[in-house]
Amino acid sequence: MAATVETVDQVRALADDKYKYGFVTDIEADTAPKGLDESTVRFISAKKEEPEWLLEWRLKAYRQWLTMPEPEWAKVDFPPIDYQDAYYFSAPKTTEAPKSLDEVDPELLRTYEKLGIPLREQEMLAGVAVDAVFDSVSVATTFRHKLAEKGVIFCSISEAIKDYPDLVKKYLGSVVPYGDNKHACLNSAVFTDGSFVYIPKGVRCPMELSTYFRINAANTGQFERTLIIADEGSYVSYLEGCTAPMRDENQLHAAVVELIVLDDAEIKYSTVQNWYPGDENGVGGIYNFVTKRGACRGKNSKISWTQVETGSAVTWKYPSCILQGDNSVGEFYSIAITNNMQQADTGTKMIHLGKNTTSRIIAKGISAGKSQSTYRGLVRMGAKAKGARNYTQCDSLLIGDKCGAHTVPYIESRNSSAQIEHEATTSKISEDQLFYCRQRGIGEEDAVALVVNGFCREVLQQLPMEFAVEAQKLVGISLEGSVG
Amino acid sequence: MLEIKNLHADVEGKAILRGIDLTIQPGEVHAIMGPNGSGKSTLAHVISGRDGYDVTEGEVLYRGKNILDMDPEERAGEGVFLAFQYPVEIPGVTNTTFMKEALNSVRKYRGEDELDAMQFMKVIREKTKQLGISNDMLKRAVNVGFSGGEKKRNDILQMAILEPSLAILDETDSGLDIDALKTVADGVNLLRSPENATLVITHYQRLLDYIVPDFVHVLAKGKIVKSGDKSLAQELEKKGYAEFTDQAA
Ligand SMILES: Nc1ncnc2c1ncn2[C@@H]1O[C@H](COP(=O)(O)OP(=O)(O)OP(=O)(O)O)[C@@H](O)[C@H]1O
Ligand SMILES: [Mg+2]
Repeated sequence: MAATVETVDQVRALADDKYKYGFVTDIEADTAPKGLDESTVRFISAKKEEPEWLLEWRLKAYRQWLTMPEPEWAKVDFPPIDYQDAYYFSAPKTTEAPKSLDEVDPELLRTYEKLGIPLREQEMLAGVAVDAVFDSVSVATTFRHKLAEKGVIFCSISEAIKDYPDLVKKYLGSVVPYGDNKHACLNSAVFTDGSFVYIPKGVRCPMELSTYFRINAANTGQFERTLIIADEGSYVSYLEGCTAPMRDENQLHAAVVELIVLDDAEIKYSTVQNWYPGDENGVGGIYNFVTKRGACRGKNSKISWTQVETGSAVTWKYPSCILQGDNSVGEFYSIAITNNMQQADTGTKMIHLGKNTTSRIIAKGISAGKSQSTYRGLVRMGAKAKGARNYTQCDSLLIGDKCGAHTVPYIESRNSSAQIEHEATTSKISEDQLFYCRQRGIGEEDAVALVVNGFCREVLQQLPMEFAVEAQKLVGISLEGSVG
Repeated sequence: MLEIKNLHADVEGKAILRGIDLTIQPGEVHAIMGPNGSGKSTLAHVISGRDGYDVTEGEVLYRGKNILDMDPEERAGEGVFLAFQYPVEIPGVTNTTFMKEALNSVRKYRGEDELDAMQFMKVIREKTKQLGISNDMLKRAVNVGFSGGEKKRNDILQMAILEPSLAILDETDSGLDIDALKTVADGVNLLRSPENATLVITHYQRLLDYIVPDFVHVLAKGKIVKSGDKSLAQELEKKGYAEFTDQAA
């Protein structure tokens, strides 16, 4: 620890020097120097050849970030983050944009394969377009042509900024303003990549869109920015999955996802999050501070969030829906599994503004080891949300007696015609169930996985098929060592 | 095939089994009868490896192997099956999923190939047909919302699928109507072979009309106090257990 503090002090001293001598970051470098200041933000923007308005936006975000305190209301506990002890821009060695998978560094492809992401097979089998993010630069994008035929845009946010500046300018920050919260602020200042999706009017996206996010280079904070727009009468299902290799230093991940849904359109957004949770003593592991929010702007629009959260040392994440359009629908289906020393504070916000808007929240929390899991949810019924309805069900399952599960529902209603229903249960995995399974030949860990998968079924069912199978396996893997 | 020698077991410091001796040969059907609380379920649990029982003395040999050191799933792999007095509900897990996982786990233990979904469906269709069990039960979550009789039938279906060599039925007949009783009997009789054995725990002579036992034992206060042939069951039905409970005390 002492060594780290020392290093940090040195870095700080260096940073101060930079200002003194008018130090300018070397734009030719592949990596921005460690630490964060205005020049880092300018470096990123210059690297990305961004328009002036975006640089200004980033700088405003950066300046606001400096003034904001860390959010401290979540039930998570971790040492203060040293923002100066991280890199904010790095790229893999092969930066020439590959035109096909053949041009991708075979070493990278092998890593993907180890993680069970065989791009080639996926291309053929699942008909899934993959925009694989390695570190901060997209290294492979597939199925672009097939999507283009339908007018669907699916590319990295950096490309979108260049190729579709009007769309980006119109919608970026329109759901999550740069000053929304400290983590979103940081993301706005330094985001390096992420995905952009636009589904034109009346188009049903012909395939599930999928991005695998990964973190690889040591000490690279990841600041992904995703923007998805579903124009009138369109539909898209978007999958986001992540894995990360073993590492022993805490890493900050502060992503922002914005969804915009216009009249009669729908976005289904599914996540399987499996970042390194740290070892059983809680050493290492990713800090995952995500701001995900969707706006149902149009009438009869719909957003459905489904998440399976099994990784990260600390998770801070509340995918939310702003139900503006009349009759719009918001859904949140969540599985949060914590084991060992993991901490998760997750939930959703359903903000009902339009008439007859409905929302449904199904949250399943599973805690094992010495982990702590909190469901935190807000349901707000606005004054004009006549006839709005919400149904919330929160179930917690405890494995062992050293873990904790907490449910914190906030309900605000300014409208007497709105209906809110809330159900919550907490149970322990039962000895009877485990013995029943084991008597039938099913090993103890498989029995836990089976019972837990059963407990989560309502949520797993929401996932697209291929993803559901992966997620079920993940449920088992993440609870390994939780019994016996 | 099963040799229980001087078995003593405690639950939470209280002696429940107090010196059980029982030998079951391949091909035999044994029935255990006895008053409530005499230790019948405890015996079934100790044989199948449930946690929470302290074996203080004695041993249980199954095909010559001491199984008391094995995990419950290993015993299941070795061919020990218990039909539960109170089958357990597993919400969200369909019967098909559960049985497929069970069968494949057992097959894996025995060094056999696992079955894929198609092969498994073939097995399950055959067994439900043989037992006259409706397929509706397969899609439902394991025992959730099942009637008492349906739960028992479901256990028998699992037994038929796993094809154990030693089946222990803990009051599987309690609360069953005549048709269900026949299903249970069919399930047991389907398994009967010179290699397999069955241990039936029951309170009623009725089941033994369908599953004819070679031996009947009376368990009272944690001991086998009398053994005989099937006529003993009839005698018990007439006279009750008073004689034995006095004797064992
Ligand atoms: N977990 C436990 N804690 C305390 N006592 C127990 C426990 N399990 C069993 N017992 C006691 O052990 C004794 C035997 O119970 P067991 O269930 O084996 O009886 P049984 O013969 O199966 O009875 P029944 O005919 O009612 O099914 C009872 O007195 C019971 O209360
Ligand atoms: Mg009993």
